[in-house]
Amino acid sequence: MDAIRVENLTKTFKDVTAVDRVSFSVPEGELFGLLGPNGAGKTTTINILSTLLRSTSGRAEVAGHDVAADRDEVRKSIGVVFQETALDGRLTGRENLEFHAMMYGLNKVERRRRIDDVLGLVELADRAGTLVEKYSGGMKRRLEIGRGLIHRPRVLFLDEPTLGLDAQTRRHIWEYIQRLNRDHGVTIVLTTHYMEEADILCGRIAIMDHGRFVALDSPARLKDILGGDVVSLEVEGDAGELLAGIGKIDWVKTANRHDEVLTMTMERGERRIPELVTFAQARGVVVRSVNLHKPSLEDVFLHFTGSTIREREAGVGDRNRMMMGRGRR
Amino acid sequence: MVNGTAVYVLWLREMKRFSRAKSRILGSLIMPLFFLAFLGLGFSRMPVPGVASGVNYIKFLVPGILGMTLLFSSTMQGLSVLWDREFGFLKEIMVAPVSRVSIALGRIAGGVTTSLLQALLILAASILLGFRVRSGLALLAALGLMILISFAFIGLGLIFASRMKDMQGFGLVMNFLVFPLFFLSGAFYPLGNLPWVIRSLSFIDPLTYGIDGLRAVLIQTHVFPLALDFAVLAVFAAAMLFLGAYFFEKSESV
Repeated sequence: MDAIRVENLTKTFKDVTAVDRVSFSVPEGELFGLLGPNGAGKTTTINILSTLLRSTSGRAEVAGHDVAADRDEVRKSIGVVFQETALDGRLTGRENLEFHAMMYGLNKVERRRRIDDVLGLVELADRAGTLVEKYSGGMKRRLEIGRGLIHRPRVLFLDEPTLGLDAQTRRHIWEYIQRLNRDHGVTIVLTTHYMEEADILCGRIAIMDHGRFVALDSPARLKDILGGDVVSLEVEGDAGELLAGIGKIDWVKTANRHDEVLTMTMERGERRIPELVTFAQARGVVVRSVNLHKPSLEDVFLHFTGSTIREREAGVGDRNRMMMGRGRR
Repeated sequence: MVNGTAVYVLWLREMKRFSRAKSRILGSLIMPLFFLAFLGLGFSRMPVPGVASGVNYIKFLVPGILGMTLLFSSTMQGLSVLWDREFGFLKEIMVAPVSRVSIALGRIAGGVTTSLLQALLILAASILLGFRVRSGLALLAALGLMILISFAFIGLGLIFASRMKDMQGFGLVMNFLVFPLFFLSGAFYPLGNLPWVIRSLSFIDPLTYGIDGLRAVLIQTHVFPLALDFAVLAVFAAAMLFLGAYFFEKSESV
């Protein structure tokens, strides 16, 4: 059975289409990733699936319940860890969990047992009596992940679970997520803009850009689409003309240009590099540096969207900052 | 529809936060206390026109200060949804399988309790300054009025908090709504001293009836019949609670 089924989901805010006719389904027990830059529509998708926002059109089912019509049923079957901390800093760790367990209608005995379980799982048992405002970022994150599990949800949404955490804590949280999915069979949907995270954790990944899915497959298959190796050339001269020429070579599978850098994919790239350099020189273009690597999700993203995720973020980031500057006093 | 456990846990959360925010409570009590002490003592030997002879100004002031404390603390409690939105906790509440009405009720219950506690602290302080409550019955009636005042302004705060996305509107609400409600209510002076244009505005300020009612039960001096004070307050409180819960239900949480 599918844990999530989404058909033509669309959400518009005034004149911006945040989610644009998205369709997908997630089978029970899968660890599904939404990968994309900030502003791609990942969080909006999660907010609709977790009943916090109503969609403009299209429909979505979570754990067999319609997210618009059966909100309470959906709410009972899901756990959500939001992108921004959603803890009460003036309550202790245990009190935050207690609040959650009571809101989900667990009785006293059950509450005690599950809260102790969860505190053990996220290794916060010894800090449970401390006010959450004194917690570090990693501890807060762990507490929130633990909280999302108290009521044994069938589907767990994790919105950027490791955003802003240090490398060690991040690895720690990856382990939790994998364990939850493997040992407890919880269906997990996570959003991330870290390629590495999506690659390591997810069974399937949807690449999201401008509110749409541009690709959806397992990380390995996504990388296979590019075929073989990724070769980039940093050049001096008429890069545009060179790109046109290279694009016509039959063993070049894909070719992209990005300012002075041409990125191509091909089989056995190490043997093709000399040919490429000769090809460029014959057209009066100087090759300044050459790079060869196995395709990463970053290359996949570049292939599908024509820019790297980091550049996308920079652009969106500036826009957000401007909006915030206008919005706040 | 109404989930008792959820109402209780939301109320419990307010109590825990309140008991841990000692400096904040002190901060919110200090202004009414200063008003009470300095205005009260400063004017106590001066006859204030319109205050019945034999009624000391400090006695006249106490019900006004109680009304003021309730107005400010209750509106703040209603607006506290905005804080939860700002700190993200609202999402945790809104994603729970609990009816929105229960959430609104839990907030209102918590808000009324904390506002009432603050008002009672002010009453205790005024007793230290020489104020006397005549009887248990008077205290009971005063409590009833204070609860109604608190309900009304929590509802009002909730309406605004549900319509606003962030803290920006907060100052507007305080300056263009709460302060006028406060000044028009006759908390500091008898309404008879105001020019008639402003006085007629006072008549549509529900806090006027709240403070008049408190004066009636605590110091036996009033402008309107006590029954009218109760009735106006009760109707206004019911309307505000209904609208507050309605708008909260309709609001989007992200």
